[in-house]
Amino acid sequence: MSKTVPASILSVRDLRIGIGNQSDLLHGVSFDILPGETYGLVGESGSGKSITGLSVLGLLKRPLQVTGGSILFREQDVLKLNKRERRRLRGDRMAMVFQEPMTALNPLATVGRQIAEMFVVHRGLSWAQARLKAVEALETVHVPAPDERARSYPHQLSGGMRQRVMIAIALACRPDLLIADEPTTALDVTVQAEVLKLIAELCQREGTAVLLVSHDLGVIANMCRRVGVMDRGRLVEEQDTRALFETPLHPYTRGLLAARPRLGSRTISERGRLTELDELVADTQRGRDAPTLVTPRGMLAEAGR
Amino acid sequence: MRLRFNLVLGLLLAAIVIIAGVFAAWIAPYHPIIDADLMNSEMPPSWEHWMGTDGQGRDVFSRVLYGAQVSLTVGLVSQLINSCIGTALGVSAGYFGGWWDDLVNGLTNVMLAIPSLVFALAIMAVLGPGLPSLLIALGLTNWSWTCRIARSSTLSLKNQGFVQAAKVAGFGDGNIMRTQILPNIIGPVLVMATLGIGGAVLAEAALSFLGVGIRPPQPSWGNMLTDARELLRAAPWAAVFPGLAIFITVLGFNLLGDGMRDLLDPHMRTRRA
Repeated sequence: MSKTVPASILSVRDLRIGIGNQSDLLHGVSFDILPGETYGLVGESGSGKSITGLSVLGLLKRPLQVTGGSILFREQDVLKLNKRERRRLRGDRMAMVFQEPMTALNPLATVGRQIAEMFVVHRGLSWAQARLKAVEALETVHVPAPDERARSYPHQLSGGMRQRVMIAIALACRPDLLIADEPTTALDVTVQAEVLKLIAELCQREGTAVLLVSHDLGVIANMCRRVGVMDRGRLVEEQDTRALFETPLHPYTRGLLAARPRLGSRTISERGRLTELDELVADTQRGRDAPTLVTPRGMLAEAGR
Repeated sequence: MRLRFNLVLGLLLAAIVIIAGVFAAWIAPYHPIIDADLMNSEMPPSWEHWMGTDGQGRDVFSRVLYGAQVSLTVGLVSQLINSCIGTALGVSAGYFGGWWDDLVNGLTNVMLAIPSLVFALAIMAVLGPGLPSLLIALGLTNWSWTCRIARSSTLSLKNQGFVQAAKVAGFGDGNIMRTQILPNIIGPVLVMATLGIGGAVLAEAALSFLGVGIRPPQPSWGNMLTDARELLRAAPWAAVFPGLAIFITVLGFNLLGDGMRDLLDPHMRTRRA
């Protein structure tokens, strides 16, 4: 059985994050992402999803710091790399797409130049070569008239178009892992679907693994094969996506699923999402005192097939 | 349209002043120092002397032309030094924060607390009079405002998405400061620098007046104003024309800086197109 388990592209082991030496934000989170797999991390605001993603990239802001555990990327502990080595990994082997496409592009540089920079920094191409590659990259993210668009400034593009440019930048060097932190939250619903489709399509084609961080269960359900549910700095449940929606095991997950707005449910103001959540999940069952339910290794093998 | 107007007028005025300075030897009808005609001192503007003559009978027009050389050099070079020091310190302090930020902040506060003229005077006393030491003195004393502006702009830019995105993309700190932050703060820095040119020209005048700047009879707009002070009633033209020259220089470079800032802003560029 264990022979069929492919090496994970990312293996987070007992990751602890805190302020100073206290681990009070992330209390030992472990999960694996297989090559080419899309893995979802879902949870409320403040549950620790985003800092998990940032710590993989090595971009935690002080005073936050990793206080324990390991992050194996391609079987190499990135926490043991020096600053320079980690920087080389970023953008090249691992990349990130942000929530806010409006501010994530430099307003003073053309989008073509911003994509080209990736090739100059990581591939050592000349600007002329990099520009050609940038136009190609715009074409892969289905930007119409890429040659012309490469000369546009960010403010001349719509939100969805900018997010496509962000994806082109992130995937420029064909990374092994893409971290997408709420990639569609700032976009309207129709554009959301297009952008998600694009991420899925490109990552599938290139065999890029995706760590999708979202609070949106709908997005997770559409994109991910496996999902980890986070609550108060712990991974409380990890399941196959379908299984999670059908038979959530942890009371918090059940609460989260029940809190989704549904057609015919009471209005939001009456319902009071978080109150309901707290009613459903007795406080003692949340966070610290909850047992962590982790996928058996066998399921990993299945996901990798 | 307004953008073009600013830029063109600024370019025109700056070009006039620069050409006057560079070609003074060919344009000037008289020698600025030797051609002193005491019999014709304090003469009002006429066909022979377009801007009149000063207290020693020297042609004011010729002296204004030659003075442009000194004043322009002082204004441009000292502002260049100021902007470089201020931007480098401000951007690095804002970007890295921590002890370096504290150090730069402390230094800036100290610089702001010392009157810059007194500090320049002290530097001049050490280095001795002359143009090179004047440039160093004025270049080292006025960077604190640029530094403050660069630092605060960097602080707000540092948390912008695109700077974070550049980090994620694996860019080094130097690269991020150069390609992401610097282009975004160049506007205010440029405006500060052009505004400072006028200040530097006047500071040179003050230092020359105190005897540590440009030594008379070598003309600079500063010491021409100083000389003319005593004749303000008898021969106001001796003060008006160097003053006018300073005014045109400051106005020209301000408009130029303003126009360049707009030109660097892609929003403005596309609006024009």
